[in-house]
Amino acid sequence: MTLNAWWQCGLYLAALLCLVKPLGAYMARVYERQPCGLDRLLGPCERWCYRLAGIDPDRESSWRHYAVCVIAVNFVGLLVVYFLQRAQAWLPFNPQTLPAVSPDSAFNTAASFASNTNWQGYGGETTMSYLTQMLGLGVQNFLSAATGMAVLVALVRGIARRSAETIGNFWVDLTRSTLYILLPLSLVLAIALVSQGVVQSFAPYQTVHLLEPTSDADGNTITEQTLPLGPAASQIAIKQLGTNGGGFFNANSAHPYENPTPISNFLELLSILLIPAALCYTFGAMVGARRQGWAVLAAMLAIFVPLLVICQTAEQAGNPRIAALGVDDVAGSEHSGGNMEGKEVRFGIANSALWATATTAASNGSVNSTHDSYTPLGGLVPMSLMQLGEVVFGGVGSGLYGMLVFAIIAVFIAGLMVGRTPEYLGKKIEAYEIKMAALVVLIPCAVVLVGTAIAVLGPGLTYTTADSPDLKQNVANPGPHGFSEVLYAFSSAGNNNGSAFAGLSANAPFYNVALGVTMLISRYWLIVPTLAIAGSLARKKATPVGLGTLPTHSPLFVVLLVGVVLLVGALTFVPALALGPIVEHLQMVAP
Amino acid sequence: MAAAQKARPLFDPPIVRQAIVDAFKKLNPLHQIRNPVMFTVLIGSAFATLLWAQALIGEGEAPAGFIFGVAAWLWFTVLFANFAEAMAEGRGKAQAAALRATRQNVAAKKLREMPAEEGRPDFGSLQAHRKAESVSASDLRLGDIVLVEAGDQIPADGDVVRGVASVDESAITGESAPVIRESGGDRSSVTGGTRVLSDWLIVRVAANPGETFLDRMISLVEGAKRRKTPNEIALDILLAAMTIVFLLACATLLPFSIYSVEAAGQGTPIALTALLALLVCLIPTTIGGLLSAIGIAGMDRMIQANVIATSGRAVEAAGDVDVLLLDKTGTITLGNRQAVEFIPVDGVPVEALADAAQLSSLADETPEGRSVVVLAKERYGLRGRNVHDMHATFIPFSAQTRVSGVNLDGRQVRKGAADAIEQFVKERGGQFPAALREQVHAIAKRGGTPLVVAENALPLGAIHLKDIVKGGIQERFAELRQMGIKTVMITGDNPLTAAAIAAEAGVDDFLAEATPEAKLKMIREYQAGGRLVAMTGDGTNDSPALAQADVAVAMNSGTQAAKEAGNMVDLDSNPTKLIEIVAIGKQLLMTRGALTTFSIANDVSKYFAIIPAVFVGTYPVLGMLNVMRLATPASAILSAVIFNALIIVLLIPLALRGIRYRPVSADRLLRDNLLVYGLGGLIVPFVGIKVIDLILVALGIA
Repeated sequence: MTLNAWWQCGLYLAALLCLVKPLGAYMARVYERQPCGLDRLLGPCERWCYRLAGIDPDRESSWRHYAVCVIAVNFVGLLVVYFLQRAQAWLPFNPQTLPAVSPDSAFNTAASFASNTNWQGYGGETTMSYLTQMLGLGVQNFLSAATGMAVLVALVRGIARRSAETIGNFWVDLTRSTLYILLPLSLVLAIALVSQGVVQSFAPYQTVHLLEPTSDADGNTITEQTLPLGPAASQIAIKQLGTNGGGFFNANSAHPYENPTPISNFLELLSILLIPAALCYTFGAMVGARRQGWAVLAAMLAIFVPLLVICQTAEQAGNPRIAALGVDDVAGSEHSGGNMEGKEVRFGIANSALWATATTAASNGSVNSTHDSYTPLGGLVPMSLMQLGEVVFGGVGSGLYGMLVFAIIAVFIAGLMVGRTPEYLGKKIEAYEIKMAALVVLIPCAVVLVGTAIAVLGPGLTYTTADSPDLKQNVANPGPHGFSEVLYAFSSAGNNNGSAFAGLSANAPFYNVALGVTMLISRYWLIVPTLAIAGSLARKKATPVGLGTLPTHSPLFVVLLVGVVLLVGALTFVPALALGPIVEHLQMVAP
Repeated sequence: MAAAQKARPLFDPPIVRQAIVDAFKKLNPLHQIRNPVMFTVLIGSAFATLLWAQALIGEGEAPAGFIFGVAAWLWFTVLFANFAEAMAEGRGKAQAAALRATRQNVAAKKLREMPAEEGRPDFGSLQAHRKAESVSASDLRLGDIVLVEAGDQIPADGDVVRGVASVDESAITGESAPVIRESGGDRSSVTGGTRVLSDWLIVRVAANPGETFLDRMISLVEGAKRRKTPNEIALDILLAAMTIVFLLACATLLPFSIYSVEAAGQGTPIALTALLALLVCLIPTTIGGLLSAIGIAGMDRMIQANVIATSGRAVEAAGDVDVLLLDKTGTITLGNRQAVEFIPVDGVPVEALADAAQLSSLADETPEGRSVVVLAKERYGLRGRNVHDMHATFIPFSAQTRVSGVNLDGRQVRKGAADAIEQFVKERGGQFPAALREQVHAIAKRGGTPLVVAENALPLGAIHLKDIVKGGIQERFAELRQMGIKTVMITGDNPLTAAAIAAEAGVDDFLAEATPEAKLKMIREYQAGGRLVAMTGDGTNDSPALAQADVAVAMNSGTQAAKEAGNMVDLDSNPTKLIEIVAIGKQLLMTRGALTTFSIANDVSKYFAIIPAVFVGTYPVLGMLNVMRLATPASAILSAVIFNALIIVLLIPLALRGIRYRPVSADRLLRDNLLVYGLGGLIVPFVGIKVIDLILVALGIA
């Protein structure tokens, strides 16, 4: 790591940690329906929403009803996105007259945006009309993020409440997440991004003459270029804040109209981890023990920081085989050195590796560089962060509820070792909670491994398209790197991240369907057991804390929690990783 | 009982022999399916055996010798786990059998009906009149009435319905002093296997054969009937989930490996035998194989402590207890109060008070009365007088007057509680001095019980009776506090006295002037606050509180109702036992947690052994992961499997004995256990697998 990289990462983490407490405390007040400062402005709007929808905001529901509401909202959202894509050719705000999206790709995208994965099998500027972007994808960006936050809040209430039958009102949690948290933050960020040059326009794409003609692969001279436009800044703001990550343009945040300057890059980076990190504080505040929130945040950082250092170091070290050819890859005043393949020169290695780590730690999935071009170890970091279950920050809400489920498992094993029935924050962890927690941990592992296994047996290796019967390769690189590409795709979909390794031609029927199903399973099969845990914990009495109670805010517990997360992830994926990035790395460094 | 208290050697040869036989019997899949981890190993072993058969006919995927080695050690893994369970069962059963041996099948004198007359029934004549018969004890049913006479063994657990007798219970408690059993009250319960020494009893049988406490306990130990406890179920679910994860990780490795072989253009896809070996090494066989043994051993330790638990759930709950309700008398203080001081009122010489106190107590056979006589003799040299020579009339204690004493030559000497003596004095026209009242208060405040002595209308002074707090009890309570357990003293004393004793003994709280209702209310309040409450009790009026408490230990000397209401019976009737019971419960949970951690931590080394071994043919660079430098791929896989099987056997003593519990804070316990079983579990297998590999190489197997 260069000194510059240390500074960039340090500045980033410092800014992030400074914002955790104010935003976390604000969100706690929002969810506890206490005055939060924006009530006079947004209160009437909130009440109007409830009246319009006929919702009694004071009526709370059981976990089952809560779960039904979650699924219903998301299912309707999925249908809307699907049909918008299928019908966009006949709908307004389509200046480029883009045709309807194919059924398999439309399903994949609908599932992807409903489940907060935001995996993109399509290229934004060549596929989606402005209306589809705004009304379909933009709305889902808010809804899927608010859903994750609502489920988290329900779980936190389950932990905080005693002998209660209800865990809150989903509609209220959804409305307040959107209105009081996501909308104001997005507004601020969108304006800041526009100031940096991110486009926000309904105008059709512009065609401009190149100052200097160039030629394409076939040697034809090119004198014109089409510049895509659209209402991008508003969408990018929520894409970053809501851990969505689905880019307006195909190149995502590497595109100069999405992410033009170092300042826009910093703001977008900060937005990736902002809400997931601050929610830790919200959790602590809502359970009445702020130390518990800090402990969880510490556990996340304890995994994040070392992996960030590994990624930075690996990228800066570059490829020894290239160095052996006499290429100067040591950072100097002239160039950054290291592995610059697939990275934007305006971001360099430090900000690319930082983004890659943050976007996969959180289940954001937006990219500002091509992960496929990373060194084997550099690419291993984003992949393993996803395979840990997206609990290191993770998705807004979903990351923390995933981490709390890991805490329940850690407490179960550790609690036994102190000779008591384990309890977390006073709630006894019994067979029912363990059953549900096991499901939460098991399902992403299962879909990733099984999906990858099916793909590499053949269906995911080659495909044909309607217009040509020729067999095309899905996997751009043979050997272990090709395996990594497939494993990465399923890790990303199976943990609702949505980032792409690239190098894999995923807009093919097999991947559209397989990844779409994977995303839906891993999102909703996790939400339902999580809410079941919330309901079960809410019903329990709380055991008072005593000397015999295992403290869950101590450094020792943080170590244990980190150990459990790493061990579960490692034990599940080490054999697969050994055949992908690990062997690739060993081959690269072997003499 | 003496035999049960003696520590049994860990590997008692007869038990080991039986356990080896049982280990094979337990291969029955119907038995194994109760344990998902070991069931997976069983299926794996059978599959490996088929692969070996396939290799024998020349179609094998790997050399037959290698497949045989793996298959054999997979079978050993199952057998070792079965052996552990059988050992625990065997020890538990032996323990129970030792208890059961006390109830030989004796003849019982069964009465067809309750004799009409109150006196001692004559069995011979009843039998002649066909109103009674001699039956075998095993034929007795609930509700049958039996006569037990001097020298007879009591044929079954029951309640005394008529008669008083001294009973030798040493067979159960190891206590040689006989105890009195009589109808009514809290001493009406008798236990089968004890012997009537004098007089006679008519006993109503309280349980059908096979349903006694002992039988229930034995069923908790025996594998087939054993029901899993709540925590065991939760752990089982976690282990099953881990098994599924590893099953997926191993099963998907086959397609991954097929792809890799094609991509690399060399090597062969992973052999099924190697996959089975990897699977069995990864799934938590150590804890899965020892889980039931740990549970049974916990019950077994209860029997060794002479406590009969009627449910496994109760043993587990004992570890969770955070409030202990302890009866003051017998637990915190020695049973009896003793006189320690005479405090005369102004103008009365202390000798006169001592003399009057001694006189009033001469005929008082209670321990308190005797202690007054002893104090008078030791402190003031007053010798005991021969009561018969004095022509005195003794006034026994009565509930109406609440005083006792003596009438002698016109002197009416009385002693009793302050208010009772005040009434006595005022009836005779005397005054009760304010100074004396203060003295009485002062004594009560110091935790003593004040008795006032008066002669006719003149109060002489007070006797300070003191509760003697048991030696070492304060340290015990400090330990309990360290464990996070709150102690509450239950006493019938007034709050002032109770507070002083509570302070001296170092309990956290007390319930004074306790009534059964107050006890029940207190338990409910604690439970409403989320706490788990343990208590001991013996009387029938304790039953509601016992039924409410989470861990309720009934004294064996207590009534049948109390025993039914509780979930444990302490054969020694020792109220301090509760502390031991809590430790046994904690030990049980800790052993499970530690071995789970150990088992999971082990997996890291197994990856380092097996992953390079199976893929080095396809990707030679993966040989760099062979950090243990194991000789060959085959020896690496075999070493891992052998280690995985042997560790079960090596940990059997730990599972049976349990992890030592020390009363330190939870944080400290966690740190220590994580270091030993977490870090240890990470490192030990690296060493173990390497050593086994070296041995295999030395033997020329690899």
